[in-house]
Amino acid sequence: MQIKPILSAMRQHKAGVILIALQIALTLAIVCNALFIIQQRLEHLSEPSGIDEANVFVISNQWASQSTDQETDAKIQADMAALRRLPSVRDASPSDSYPLRGSGWDDYIMLTPEQTEKTTDADVYLGDEHLLDALGIKLIAGRNFRVDEVGRIGSRQNMASPVVIVTKALADRLYPDGSALGKSFYEMSKTPSTIIGIVDRLQNQSVDTWKTAYAYQSVLRPLRQDNADGLYYIVRAKPGQLADAMREVPKALYAQNRMRILDPKDGELSFAEVRKRAYDTDRGMAVLMGIICVVLLAITAAGIVGLTSFWVGQRRRQIGVRRALGATRRDILDYFLTENFLISVGGLAVGLVIAFGINFWMIARFEMARLSLSYVLIGVVVLLLLGQFATLAPALRASRVSPVEATRSV
Amino acid sequence: MFAYYFELGLRSLRRNPALTALMVMAIGFGVAASMITFSVFRAVSGNPIPQKSAQLFTPQLDGWGPQQNLKGEPPDALSYTDAIALMRAHEASRQTLLYAVHVSVMPGGSRSLPVGANGYAVYGDFFPMFEVPFRYGSGWSAADDDGRAAVVVLSEAFNQKMFGDTDSVGREITLNGHDYRIVGVARHWNPQPRFFAAFDNDNFDESSDFYVPFTRALDVQIDTYGRNSCRGNVDFKTRDAWLRSSCVWVMPWVELDSAADASRYKQFLERYAADQQRAGRFGWAPNVRLRDVVQWLEYRKVVPPETRISLLVALGFFVICMVNTIGLLLAKFMRRAGEIGVRRALGAARSEMYKQFLIEAGTVGLAGGVLGLALTALGMLGIGHLFQPQIARLAHLDVSLMAMTLLTAIVATVLAALYPTWRAAHVQPAWQLKSN
Repeated sequence: MQIKPILSAMRQHKAGVILIALQIALTLAIVCNALFIIQQRLEHLSEPSGIDEANVFVISNQWASQSTDQETDAKIQADMAALRRLPSVRDASPSDSYPLRGSGWDDYIMLTPEQTEKTTDADVYLGDEHLLDALGIKLIAGRNFRVDEVGRIGSRQNMASPVVIVTKALADRLYPDGSALGKSFYEMSKTPSTIIGIVDRLQNQSVDTWKTAYAYQSVLRPLRQDNADGLYYIVRAKPGQLADAMREVPKALYAQNRMRILDPKDGELSFAEVRKRAYDTDRGMAVLMGIICVVLLAITAAGIVGLTSFWVGQRRRQIGVRRALGATRRDILDYFLTENFLISVGGLAVGLVIAFGINFWMIARFEMARLSLSYVLIGVVVLLLLGQFATLAPALRASRVSPVEATRSV
Repeated sequence: MFAYYFELGLRSLRRNPALTALMVMAIGFGVAASMITFSVFRAVSGNPIPQKSAQLFTPQLDGWGPQQNLKGEPPDALSYTDAIALMRAHEASRQTLLYAVHVSVMPGGSRSLPVGANGYAVYGDFFPMFEVPFRYGSGWSAADDDGRAAVVVLSEAFNQKMFGDTDSVGREITLNGHDYRIVGVARHWNPQPRFFAAFDNDNFDESSDFYVPFTRALDVQIDTYGRNSCRGNVDFKTRDAWLRSSCVWVMPWVELDSAADASRYKQFLERYAADQQRAGRFGWAPNVRLRDVVQWLEYRKVVPPETRISLLVALGFFVICMVNTIGLLLAKFMRRAGEIGVRRALGAARSEMYKQFLIEAGTVGLAGGVLGLALTALGMLGIGHLFQPQIARLAHLDVSLMAMTLLTAIVATVLAALYPTWRAAHVQPAWQLKSN
């Protein structure tokens, strides 16, 4: 294939060539950044929670009557006994929060009592000796809380727990040599907390960007909080009985005590719903970027078809002449495909620079990650193929121009 | 002549239907994507109180110190101790403290189930400061604040829910088991973003149900339902220990009428912090801020990054659609080189060519704008799938957005047509006539 005549022909319609190249460049820049955003968001929303998601649901319980801390604690204990008796319920625990709630309680963790700068940060989950089973998380070292270790605190009170269970992520952060079990740390207190157990994995209450550095780091404390605001009940249904349990639990709670608020909108949430809400921004971004990518590629392809068709129309006589002089249909087809290939390569080269430029700007402005080269390569291949396919129809039409055209309209 | 060129434009739309459809679609999709994302961005980034945003300030004091503050910035709310001290000093023309509360209410009769209600504990100045509109009655006085009065202002919607559409002023309502006398019912009022409580991150929540006096709420131990952020030792044996701590949870606002008042207030904050340093409460030099509404929203980064990224990507998409349109218009216009040659040879001035082709492009733009409008309306239906529900519900297709959609489409297309039109106007008549 002769490239030189193609290049000199391009000089005859510079504007069109530049426009197609520019369009391909900008499309590459937007598409690979959009693909990268999609991948980042999908990766974020598919992070495992570590809990038995298929069977766990959460009750947000608020008290509607004033009572002392002791009375509130008695009500919580009665609720728990009632829930654990239900045939569809495997286990339940009171807590201050649950994974993916969107916000919650986190504490600074220090290795010494004198420290003012934090060593790291961890989410705080309160619960009784049933918390691990209610969540369905796996203890990989040490032991669970004993009944006699479970304490209680009132509104706005706080006391460091002498014994705690931590997630593996936190244990490894504090004691990278794997010796965390039996060691202690200071959780915004002068009193140490000793690690008696380590659980495999438990996701944080918030999955916001600032929490990324502390992902999966949590402290589980043996406490019931008699908060005037109310609390959460984490309930785990027996396998396959989630729907039954979600129907029975509110009834059982109202049967215990009617002076409570279970919000009709989000008083009871299956974990599937929790997950959906936690990631609706991520999912929305992925969908929006996906739509933009598809429409953008379609429009770019259509634009190439349009301009190439115009060129074919303009050059019917020249094509006729070439055919009359012995060029095969294949030669004509190849001419247009090669022309598009050359324009695409030029556009993509410029597009690469713009793509990385946009990414660097987004890193600075939105704390985005560095664009990985594979997304750019995918974009390059997709756009090259797109250009070739878009050129194919007009190029085929060009190849069918009869040599007779050379003699017409002169 | 305009009408004639417009008609020519319409006729030419029909001449190359495929090419025209392509252009109209590119413009339509481009403008729709931009408008949908813009409607969301506009909703979340607007000034919630434009008439007063420059007179309302939130004071910040560093009670945490250089080792524990937010990378040099003081915490985003006040501790109870500092908040009360600022309130007592009364250095601004109006001032309020506030925090979010959640209570239980019994709607009608003892047989019904209790429901929850969201509100704020505020001072009486809150209502005039933030220009809360009233349907019935009014806010409460400074004397009610000082007297720790059991009064309440309800929102219109909450009043409707509890008492039907009646003037409930003077009646009693039981919140968390305590009785409150209703002194006012506010008209629907829900500034977005909720600038006055931006510390809590509930920036796009639905309107709150009620407002009670801060002083009363503390007396009956209604705790904050919003954020509470602490440093250092957080072992609190009692609630009072928490109140005395450096935990921040109270959001303060002051109204300062002039720049001079603002700088005086800032000096007061410096003096207060210096006094605390001398008294040994703060072991560091004064570190204070006084931000107005716009600065505060900017500092708190209340506009979700996703809405910005979406808007930027959509605008990028629109630019590509316009580059596409330039190419297609070029093809469309240059196909008619022969026709242009004849018209020019018959005496049409170059300026006539400009008029004709720009008007034709405007016609394409209008068609694209109409498609864009339809796509924007369609997109608004599905917007709940693209953004968080509480943000998506803020986006509306109103008259201004509709006008903007059409205008953007037409202006952008006419701009895109400048180069193709220039090429068309510079066709050499002689050359065209000869070659045909």
